[in-house]
Amino acid sequence: MTTKQRKIICALQGGLPLCEEPFHEVARQIGISVDELIKQIALWKQDGTIRRFGAVLNHRRAGFETNAMAVWNVPDEQVESFGRAAAKFSAVSHCYERPRFEGFNYNVYTMIHGTCRSDCEQTARAISELTAISDYRLLYTTAEFKKTSPKYFYEGLGDNP
Amino acid sequence: MDEIDRKLLNIIQSDFPIAQRPYEILGNRLGISAQEALARVGALIESGIVRRIGPSFDSQRLGHVSALVAAKVPTEYLEQVAAVVSSYPQVTHNYGRDCEYNLWFTLICENQEQLERVLQEIKHKAGIEEMACLPAKRVFKIQVDFAL
Repeated sequence: MTTKQRKIICALQGGLPLCEEPFHEVARQIGISVDELIKQIALWKQDGTIRRFGAVLNHRRAGFETNAMAVWNVPDEQVESFGRAAAKFSAVSHCYERPRFEGFNYNVYTMIHGTCRSDCEQTARAISELTAISDYRLLYTTAEFKKTSPKYFYEGLGDNP
Repeated sequence: MDEIDRKLLNIIQSDFPIAQRPYEILGNRLGISAQEALARVGALIESGIVRRIGPSFDSQRLGHVSALVAAKVPTEYLEQVAAVVSSYPQVTHNYGRDCEYNLWFTLICENQEQLERVLQEIKHKAGIEEMACLPAKRVFKIQVDFAL
């Protein structure tokens, strides 16, 4: 990663400024041309470094009031097929295999979004019926302490050429 | 939120134009002026429906490491412990959940050493006794668009 690339990530990670020519504005901040910036973003989109470029929604405000973290106990040899099946549900935004740990025998995590709890429960039940995995729990949010977009690099740190 | 807002949101969730004048392109697609497209996006941000417009990076491809962490915290200290956890810039999400492991947070660090150091520091500073670090072993899906 070059210094210039780090600078671009720094400038973009908090989101675009709201103006008619946002990429001009960002390019000016970094001290590169707008063409160079646009070309770099396109390259990153192409190679997958940028998974997507667009609006990040606040799901609660957008009508998905409730989310539940569903945890599943899936036999290791079935994780692949379970993960693929769960990922197909549009109400599932994230699906990961993670290690089991002390007193917590669940190894697949799915974030389920819905308009209410019974909505989330319905989705979980549908996944369970489809996959025949019946050992699962829904963990609901009791408090949201922090939710921010990730910061990968910090201005002024490790920026020296 | 009217029909045009809905169409606008469905476009800009995954396909914000990477161009010199992106709002002109959006306006053309929706049959409105660039000024109106910009104003509508501004209003969606103002009302909190849109958190930001920008890239979602693949943190692994940037060489970063991330993990979900589950912690067991006495209920009466939950808020205090959560505040310590949230104070770290590497922590991106931090939630209380109705589970015996009642605090769940995610963090992204520049490398494995930093991740371990930050976790040890949090554990020590917040006095957390039981904590499990759960990096993803396999990823099946990461947030895509929501049809509105």
